Amino acid sequence: MKILVPVKRVVDANVKIRVKSDGSGVETANLKLSMNPFDEIAVEEAVRLKEAGIASEVVAVSIGDTGCQETLRAAMAVGADAAIHVEADTATQPLAVAKLLQAIVAKEQPQLVICGKQAIDDDANQVGQMLAALLDWPQATFASRVQIAGGEATVTREIDGGLETLAMPLPAVISTDLRLNEPRYASLPNIMKAKKKPLATVSPAELDVDIAPRLKVVSVDEPSVRQAGKLVSDVAELVGMLRNEAKVI
Amino acid sequence: MAILVVAEHDNQQLKAATLNTVTAASLVGQDVDLLIAGAQCAEVARQAAQIRGVRKVLHCDAAHYADQTAENLAALILSVSASYSHLFAPASSFGKNVMPRVAARLDVAQVSEITAVEAPNRFVRPIYAGNALATIESDDPVKVVTVRATAFAAAEMGGSASVEPLSASPDVSKVRVVGRELTQSARPELGNAKIVVSGGRGLGNGEQYRALLEPLADRLNAALGASRAAVDAGYVPNDFQVGQTGKVVAPQLYLAVGISGAIQHLAGMKDSKIVVAINKDPDAPIFQVADYGLVADLFEAVPQLTAALAQ
Ligand SMILES: Cc1cc2nc3c(=O)[nH]c(=O)nc-3n(C[C@H](O)[C@H](O)[C@H](O)COP(=O)(O)OP(=O)(O)OC[C@H]3O[C@@H](n4cnc5c(N)ncnc54)[C@H](O)[C@@H]3O)c2cc1C
Repeated sequence: MKILVPVKRVVDANVKIRVKSDGSGVETANLKLSMNPFDEIAVEEAVRLKEAGIASEVVAVSIGDTGCQETLRAAMAVGADAAIHVEADTATQPLAVAKLLQAIVAKEQPQLVICGKQAIDDDANQVGQMLAALLDWPQATFASRVQIAGGEATVTREIDGGLETLAMPLPAVISTDLRLNEPRYASLPNIMKAKKKPLATVSPAELDVDIAPRLKVVSVDEPSVRQAGKLVSDVAELVGMLRNEAKVI
Repeated sequence: MAILVVAEHDNQQLKAATLNTVTAASLVGQDVDLLIAGAQCAEVARQAAQIRGVRKVLHCDAAHYADQTAENLAALILSVSASYSHLFAPASSFGKNVMPRVAARLDVAQVSEITAVEAPNRFVRPIYAGNALATIESDDPVKVVTVRATAFAAAEMGGSASVEPLSASPDVSKVRVVGRELTQSARPELGNAKIVVSGGRGLGNGEQYRALLEPLADRLNAALGASRAAVDAGYVPNDFQVGQTGKVVAPQLYLAVGISGAIQHLAGMKDSKIVVAINKDPDAPIFQVADYGLVADLFEAVPQLTAALAQ
């Protein structure tokens, strides 16, 4: 069984971003870029399924500029076998990403796609569900536990009220939540080995997908910032403030 | 221009976020319909008909909607989508699961988790964990939108919309629900509680979390929340997590106890009216967003606070 894992290159989770002063977007120049944390979890899960003898091959895909190749090498350094880079200079929106992945699924014929539930830059939380819809595959979003056996996936999902477990036949799309696993770090020898693993490039045109954005970004603005209030010296003062000043209790 | 709001419910009760979603939909236009799809959920349809601002309730009752699987719900929404210019749902785990499936089938973009409606085709949504606000325009023929409940007031009750039966679409789902572990609690729901008491890694373990924060929450009639670190460490269940990738809350009072205030946590609570932080580290970033900060050992301060509130 082959597993496809889409990975997105995003501004690192530890970097505090700044909005461009002309309101045209977020300043990303010279910032540390990393694999989207949810996608790291997706790669880890796929690699564990391979190590458990359930999957035979893990293929990582990334869509974007050439920097994505670094992200794909990172995926191969933790165990992905091969990578596909879809070259796109403009930011691709979720629907276009889902269509590109649909085209790659048609070529690669995986039985399972494991993706992150959301990217921490646009926070859209759409691609996995859209891909499942386009492929007409069942979906299991926000996974915190995945078991594959007998051509079926059993997935525990984190939902608002608690947990829900779904069973579905493969092929299927799974999106990862934070508690699915703890991704490993790449070892130096594996980073070296990853440089020799196959990395193919393909263009949206070759995949016959129109990636023109559907949504127009009119402006990007700074949110109003909360001001720090005051420090109180003890519990009695705090209770007094909440009762008499803030009047919230 | 008509707007369909996909209601969230558990076949017995409408979820509160549906009311906020109706308010957001009303900012687009007057003709707001509500879809109630479920199994033996007539009572929910009856509740929904009382929401002010709803024109009619479409009630679809069939066994294969009992579990609200994305596959079946999306198919049902698509069966009526031609009558609507906008399809809205709460940006809860429910709406996030279903709506992108609908959008993809319609070949339109989805606008996720909006916090403002500027025009029928123009919306504001937070990106980068709320560190930027994007104003987005969609020219797609149908706007598929999920709504951040805390950004809109709840629609009021007291209306009397008509309830129309809607025929079910075929059962297309290959998914079986084999288990559900829902957190049982007599406390207010985290997403719409007036007061939230949240605990982080500073609590040390689940026992101490409960021993310290439950009496405080009881005293305040508050919901309990947590940081990711507290959930990851197993102090509390996953549905307690507040933040960029957990729940977004905006109560009147948010008490952060032993929480450092990482960007991802702030993303879920910085629209609260009053924020109180109790942390022993005076440099913890949570103090930069707190209206009232108490630099103290929480193991001393929290029991004192609970006792002081009893007076
Ligand atoms: C992709 C991604 C998504 C994330 N999503 C979320 C999310 O949705 N929600 C979220 O919360 N986090 C999220 N995080 C994690 C986030 O970055 C932080 O790691 C997390 O919020 C830290 O939790 P904490 O504040 O409880 O722990 P810590 O940062 O360890 O802080 C513990 C605090 O407790 C204080 N403390 C310790 N002992 C005491 C004591 N005795 N008395 C008083 N104070 C004490 C310490 O001074 C410290 O400030 C995410 C991270 C990533 C990468």
